[in-house]
Parts: sequence; structure tokens; C-alpha cells
Amino acid sequence: MNNGEQGSGISGQGSGGSGIFFKAFVGMFLRDLRVLFREFHVFLARVGMQPLLFLFVFTFILPRMGGVNMMASGAGMDFGTILLPGLMAVAIMFSGIAAVALPLSSEFGITREIDDRVMCPLPLWAVALEKVSFSAMQSIIAALLVIPMAYYVPAHPVRVQVANWFLLVVVLVLSSFLTGALGLVIGSTVNPRQIGLVFSILVVPITFLGCVYYPWAYLNKIRWLQIAVLINPIVYMSEGLRASVTPGIAHMPWWAILLALVFFATALGRLGLRGFLRRVLS
Amino acid sequence: MKLLIVEIEALTKIYESKLRVVALDKIDLELKQGEIFGLLGPNGAGKTTTISISTTRALPTSGTVRIAGIDVVQHPAHARRHIGVVPQFNTLDRSLTVYENLYFHCRYFGFSHSQAKSRTLELLEQFLLTERKGVYPAQLSGGLAQRVQIARAIAHRPTVLFLDEPSAGLDPQSRMAMWNAVAELRKEGITVLLTTHYMEEADSLSDRVAIIDYGRVLALGSPEKLKATFGAQTIFDLKLKSLAGIEKAVIWLKTRPDVTSADATPEGLRVVATRTAELLPDLVQVGSQFGLRDLAITEPSLETVFIKLTGRDLRE
Repeated sequence: MNNGEQGSGISGQGSGGSGIFFKAFVGMFLRDLRVLFREFHVFLARVGMQPLLFLFVFTFILPRMGGVNMMASGAGMDFGTILLPGLMAVAIMFSGIAAVALPLSSEFGITREIDDRVMCPLPLWAVALEKVSFSAMQSIIAALLVIPMAYYVPAHPVRVQVANWFLLVVVLVLSSFLTGALGLVIGSTVNPRQIGLVFSILVVPITFLGCVYYPWAYLNKIRWLQIAVLINPIVYMSEGLRASVTPGIAHMPWWAILLALVFFATALGRLGLRGFLRRVLS
Repeated sequence: MKLLIVEIEALTKIYESKLRVVALDKIDLELKQGEIFGLLGPNGAGKTTTISISTTRALPTSGTVRIAGIDVVQHPAHARRHIGVVPQFNTLDRSLTVYENLYFHCRYFGFSHSQAKSRTLELLEQFLLTERKGVYPAQLSGGLAQRVQIARAIAHRPTVLFLDEPSAGLDPQSRMAMWNAVAELRKEGITVLLTTHYMEEADSLSDRVAIIDYGRVLALGSPEKLKATFGAQTIFDLKLKSLAGIEKAVIWLKTRPDVTSADATPEGLRVVATRTAELLPDLVQVGSQFGLRDLAITEPSLETVFIKLTGRDLRE
């Protein structure tokens, strides 16, 4: 076939089938990196503001007011230490939603920009996987950013002790993919006009009831709630990070955490992929 | 014999919802290498559906499409390497500049950094976009955005380029520029399938045209052949003030050898004729008896072919 005479860059025609899939995947990842780094300060503000304010109010201002911080005194433990893994979970969660659900919703709805990437020479599931992977990367950065904040902001520095690095890495990665998949579900099913509503009726409740501000074990005084929150994937993210970053605080057994994270990541991933395919293929 | 680049066989698409809509009804089309093929029909005829299925964006109910020999349903990812698409709407990546839109498109198709860079610079020059390379799509006019979309669509040197209503929403000047761009592609040996409901566009750009309506191919051939086969006829549309006794005029017109058909319309009279010289003065005379207020003449064109085939205007 005639590919044009002046062809300086004949496409990867020589490379095999999976070779071009990989290159296309890398190409999309590079595209996302370019967009992210161009507005890196925006990204930092987006993921950093919430944990920063949380730490500032609950671990810097309130302790100085003395006695007011009921949560800390009730917990009998430095509240910052309880809060750190929870804030990491929230950072992962919000970053996942912001990196997948919001852009996807508008790319599907208004601009159809997604068409460009849907027309790439790789399977559609891989396009969805790229979205989720890139969001996972942002989530991990967002979660790690919380650690130095927790060290510098609170009145009493938080004791971070990573007993099991392997567990931390596994929990971080699983949690990040889980929220990316959740973002995919939301982005492909909710239209852009209602995306704000999703925050009020889904994101905020699962965050507040996600054992972010209290360890799951402390819920034993409200037994029905302790059982009810088990359907909330954020619980396992918070508990998993608790187990790996501040193991001194009561947490679920690691095997239960990992099992639940794998289960939710897979289930949401399948659901999200189905929604994605339904939107791009008629 | 030239290679077949696009092979569409018995392609059928039925949308099953509350209303059962047959968008495509066993369409057969074949595109040879290097030809510019026009798919002509009114809105809703099935043009966009044909493109959507051919470009792996929709699944057929039955039938097959092969692009460069690859079945688009069986191997969509592989087929996409041979496909370039200029969609109906602006789908440029709003987060990237013009340069980056082209550059990353090349990367998606497996180009290395240096290959993508040189191809992008080459395209910017070819499409006279070099000055705008740092601009974001939101700042581009419709015509410019369309040019970037065409550049992007051919960046990976596809075997076939699909243009879906390429001049929709363009001002006349941009439309001319777009036509030139498409005509230029011929030199690169690229095969083009374009859909349009503009007769002039199909007529002046295409080597061959398929007229489709209600999901069926009504006629297929070069614009010249279509005009010859379906009669190079001129259409006269008369708007009349009074229609009383118009039947007599219709009967009289039908007896004339140069008139193919004559029918009363809600507003007056439509006459289709092979020759016009003697007919025109007679028509004016007859028309004046009924209070002639307007006379529109449509010269022989694909438009008249279409009206003859379907009994309705393209824009109706």
C-alpha cells in the first residue's frame, strides 16, 4: 500500500499486534502526564487542600483550645494518628473521582473528546484501564502527600511507623485502583449535569461513614452501624492504611482488608468497564 | 485490478427501543483503493450509522465490514490502524494544543517521539497550521478546527479516511478550503469515504456516489453516470396564487414530449423535463393564468437525480 512518499515516520507497522497496543497505552499515559504537569499546581491544590485544612483544624487549632477536642480525648490517643490513614484514604478517594469521573463525564457528554482515544489501535478495555491506571497514580501521589503534612502541621507530630512496607504498597495500589474503578462507574453512568449530586449523595456519605475519622473497631458500641459499614469500600481503604501506617491503633486483620479490597476493585472494575463500553459502542 | 479497501456486505442495523428503527437495510458497498466515495442522502438515511459501524464505533445487527481485509467487528483494534476519522463534531482534545493534538495522536498509533514530532511538523505545514500550533482547540474557528481534525485523521497514514458531514457548520470559505484539502489527499493515494447532504460536495469531490435513503442504496455510480442514467432532467417548481382548474394544465403538460412528469403540489406545480428551451415560455404563459408568483429552476444535478429517486428534496 502506498503510504506517501515523504514518509519519515511510517507508523509502527512493522511491530507486532501487542507491540502497538503497548505503545498506544504508553502514548495515552504520556498525554495524561502532559496535561497533569502543565497544571501541577492545580493538582496539588486539589489534592492537598482538604487534608491540610483537616489537620490544621483538628490537630493544630482544637488541641490549643484545650478540652474542646472531645474526639481526641475520647479516643485516648493522639487524634492526628487516627486521622492520618483516614485522610490518606480520603485523598485517594477524591483524587480517583476527580481524575476519572469528572473528566470522563464531560468527555462523554458534551465534547465527545473521548472519541479520539476510542479510535486508537488498542482494545477498548485497555483505554478504560489507562484511565484507571493514571487515576491510580494520582491517588498514590495524593495519599503520600498527606504523610509530610501530618508530620509538620499537628501540634504533636504524628507517629508514622511503617511496620510492613509490602502491606502499605499493596493497600495503596489496590485502594487507588478501586477508586479509579469507582470513578469509571460514576463517569460512565452519570451525566455531567448530575455529577454534583453524586458528590452529595454518594461521595460524602461513603467518606463520612468510611471509618476515616475513627477506627472501625471503635464502632463496636454501635453494633448495627459497625456491620452496615462493611459494604462501604472506603472502610477497607482506611483500615488497610491504618494497619500499614499506624499499626498501633486497632484495625481489621490484614487478610480481611486485602480480600475486601480485591473484591471491591474487581467488582467496580467490571461494572465500570461495562458502563464504559456501553457509552462508546452503540 | 485495484485493491478493495472497504468491503461492506449486507450491513444491517436495527435499533430496538420503544420504536423499532431500521437504520441500515442490507447495504452493500465496495471502495477501491485511492477513490473518493460519496455517501449521499438526507438526514436519517443511514450515512452516519454506516460510518459508525465501519469505524468500529457501533456494532451491526448483521452483515460485515472489512477494512483493508480486516473484519471490524472481529478485530476492531487492528482495523483502527487503517482508519482515519473526521467526525461530524469537533472532538479535538481540549486540554492539548494543536501541536499536541497531532503529536499525541501519532504516539497513540505507535510513533516514536522523533517520528511523531517530524510527522506533526510536516502536517502543520501541509495544512497551513504552523502559526497556530500553540493554540488550544477552544480558540479555533470552525474551519480551522476542521482542518486540524483532518490533519489528525491522516496523521497515522491510514488506508482509508472517513469524513462524516465534513462541511456541516462551515462557512463557504472554509468549505472550499476543506474541499481542497480532501482533493489534495488524492495525491497521497488515500481512499476517502465521505457522507454529505450537499449535492455540490458529492458531485465535485467524489469519483463515485451512492445515494441512500431509509437505509438502502438507491443508486450507485459516478456522478456523471447517475445523472445520465436517471436522466439529466431539469425541475421547474411553480408557485401559484390560485390552483382552481390546475388539473387541465397538468394533463396538457403531460402530453408534451419534452415533459417527463407534471404534478400538482400544495403550492402550485412541479414539472420535470428533458429540454427546457421551448418549455420555459409556455410554462410562464400557463402559470400566469393561475397567478404565477414564483418559478424555481433546478438544473440537472445529483439533486434532480435524488428527487427523481426518492420523490423528495434532500433537505426536506
